[in-house]
Amino acid sequence: MIAGYNFAYLDEQTKRMIRRAILKATAIPGYQVPFASREMPLPYGWGTGGIQVTASIIGRGDTLKVIDQGADDTTNAVSIRRFFARTAGVRTTERTREASIIQTRHRIPETPLREGQIIVFQVPIPEPLRWLEPRERETRRMHAHADYGAMYVKLYEDIARYGRIATGYDYPVVVNGRYLMRPSPIPKFDNPKLDRLPALALFGAGREKRIYAVPPHTPVKSLDFEDHPFRVESWRERCALCGSGSSFLDEIVVDDSGRRMFVCSDTDYCSGRRAKRSGAEAA
Amino acid sequence: MYVAVKGGERAIEAAHELLAQARRGDPQVPELTLQQVSGQLSLAVDRVMAEGSLYDRELAALAIKQARGDLIEAVFLLRAFRTTLPRLAVTRPIETGRMAPRRRISATFKDLPGGQMLGPTFDYTHRLLDFALAAGASAAPEPAGVPAEPGPMPRAPAAVDPAADVNGDARGPARALAFLDAEDLIERPPMTGSDDPPDITRDPLAFPAPRAARLQNLARGDEGFLLALGYSTQRGYGRTHPFAGEIRMGEVEVEIVPEELGFAIVIGEVTVTECDMVNQFAGSATEPARFTRGYGLAFGEGERKAMAMALVDRALRADQLGEDTGAPAQDQEFVLYHSDNVEASGFVQHLKLPHYVDFQSELNLIRRIRAGTPRAVAAEPEPAAAGEED
Amino acid sequence: MTAAAAMRTGGFADPAAESQAAFRTLLDVLARPGRIAELKSAAVAGLSPAASSVALTLCDFETPVWLGGACAAAADWLRFHCGAPLAVDCGTARFAFAPGIADLPDLDLFDLGSDEFPDRSTTLVLEVASLGRGAALTLSGPGIAGTASLAVAGPSAAFWQARAALGALFPRGLDLFLTSGTQIAALPRATRVEVSPCTSR
Repeated sequence: MIAGYNFAYLDEQTKRMIRRAILKATAIPGYQVPFASREMPLPYGWGTGGIQVTASIIGRGDTLKVIDQGADDTTNAVSIRRFFARTAGVRTTERTREASIIQTRHRIPETPLREGQIIVFQVPIPEPLRWLEPRERETRRMHAHADYGAMYVKLYEDIARYGRIATGYDYPVVVNGRYLMRPSPIPKFDNPKLDRLPALALFGAGREKRIYAVPPHTPVKSLDFEDHPFRVESWRERCALCGSGSSFLDEIVVDDSGRRMFVCSDTDYCSGRRAKRSGAEAA
Repeated sequence: MYVAVKGGERAIEAAHELLAQARRGDPQVPELTLQQVSGQLSLAVDRVMAEGSLYDRELAALAIKQARGDLIEAVFLLRAFRTTLPRLAVTRPIETGRMAPRRRISATFKDLPGGQMLGPTFDYTHRLLDFALAAGASAAPEPAGVPAEPGPMPRAPAAVDPAADVNGDARGPARALAFLDAEDLIERPPMTGSDDPPDITRDPLAFPAPRAARLQNLARGDEGFLLALGYSTQRGYGRTHPFAGEIRMGEVEVEIVPEELGFAIVIGEVTVTECDMVNQFAGSATEPARFTRGYGLAFGEGERKAMAMALVDRALRADQLGEDTGAPAQDQEFVLYHSDNVEASGFVQHLKLPHYVDFQSELNLIRRIRAGTPRAVAAEPEPAAAGEED
Repeated sequence: MTAAAAMRTGGFADPAAESQAAFRTLLDVLARPGRIAELKSAAVAGLSPAASSVALTLCDFETPVWLGGACAAAADWLRFHCGAPLAVDCGTARFAFAPGIADLPDLDLFDLGSDEFPDRSTTLVLEVASLGRGAALTLSGPGIAGTASLAVAGPSAAFWQARAALGALFPRGLDLFLTSGTQIAALPRATRVEVSPCTSR
């Protein structure tokens, strides 16, 4: 651990302030709690909200996994994992099952999360109504009155124009029948995983200074219409590495003629399946 | 066979090594000292201290050196250090009225007690590259306090005479706006007068934001952003008819009142630049017309910043003064949420982080949408994504 | 031990580690209403070990604290260890500690937050006679798969009615930690509580 800094970098008073915000966020599912976000030694927009949440909950007994785009080895995930290894001296892992805390940017792991785990999302823009109404005073009023008609109008305009809801990620949800919430920029493929998730989901937006939460087992409904029900994307292809036909696939351009291949975005899930397959072949 | 990109950790370490080499530059050239940065790039140090919200010349110089002269990166380094510091005490408000200015000008009065004093300004330099500096020879220093050539101010600057102060005690020159105030021609400084101002680094902004919070935000705001916003008010986007009532720069004492002592003690001295802007009057049937004020303050020698800040401060009061609103500089949320260059730089640059999962969703979606339009179906091969399932 | 010496005891010996562990317990019970957990810090005058752990973990100079009834004995300890200002009016308190329902004002006198800022509301830490024995509560809502049960001895039927009445004000509301000695459970505002006529033991 690096000298001169407190455990997990943040001072105790800051942690208390963030912990109070996390508790209120958990008590009011989907509501964005303002908090006095601190400057972190990593840039705003690069996960400072998630880092502050993780730093405030993490203890010596925890095992941390950090992913970006589903992968443990993307540079920003490596950088954040190193930050906690240095400032908190905690165990880290790439295995979803072994982690007690998973900090993520843009994905929910394919391996189902279990009771007792905490998933921490890095959030760039927490306000689901922001593209419809840039003013905080106004969006706050809309949340206070659950006045979400404008969002339905926007989705309906999509249908009129494109024949479907033209939102592929950060697809808006309603939490416990009350608060409209951004699930962070996860693909809508991951939205159903949030519904009644056994793990606790915490969302941190550092630059925008908001924390929100979805407690375990809480209903999370993706917005839709009766005649245009919510649907997730699927692929005709399978993962070229592990053969999975049910995971979120990244499309990779493999040569100058533009040939593509598809591989799992969740590197731990993919390598686990490959290990199992090679084990079966060896046996 | 495709192999997923690995080795992020090694790549990061290699990048850090390259960065260290690039920072150092040619090893044949002597390394910069912090004294050189602080003493010879002093305005860069001032800007980094102002926007970094931390008055420490040496740390700011270190940040500039470490950041290879990238001032926004240096501001970020200083902020990230500042955030780990305990808050030991709250100082008393600094008294710029007691400053012994090194520069002091008023555009609203030809002359005034204490005089006009140009101080170390670029204002009347001719912007000609000085090749003597390139050769390593400093230009011959001018006698202190005398401008290189006569400016539009007809009087040579007078030395500060504390006895000249109207109050007679050891103070700096009286404020220019005090003369307007004595005639009740200008509003009183529109502060709430609270002893316990909000701390925007401890309490998230809520709207409408009180003026104390707005001024804190502007004081650490990006100079370029404030400059553009202030400029926009001059071009008609929230016009306020400003006059530079007074600009002063110099050293002021910083005091705290320790609880166990019960009286103020001086803990140090800071250099600040202050701008009092006089703006168009406001009045009503019941209230006599008075000029209004805009205020700017910056650590160090930060005149451009202080002036731009004063313009924006005044623009942000439009609502309260019952003026037409709608210009960007008058919009609290727009100004205060976008003024911070550490936040802005982080979020703009986060776009270089991988976004390929979101992009994949967009790819799937656009292929699906195109597959649904008849012409696209005829022209396109099978969409790669099979689309959506229930 | 003198009173002054007693006041100085009962803090966390290793604040970073102990407050983190206690916080995770609080988060766990709040995220899973009905769950009972242990918080083993020292008892201090006026507060049970579980209640004093809540104070050490969450209270500081930013959180006015209201102390009801016999909890007032913890005032000096709270100032010394947390630096928290005391709230005379429970409507201005971020945290409120009460030794039982007899010392509670009407629940809607606490700060319930506003529709715009429902988080700016009091968290009530209420000592009860027992967790695990007493009136059988059936809980439902966020954090609960289906329903959960929790037995609580102490609060009256009227208390549960008063709490239920606040439900209509959501998102405004009162978040409740129930403490009993070293035990703690939570009932956040969104949890619906039904009191069964029978009691469990």
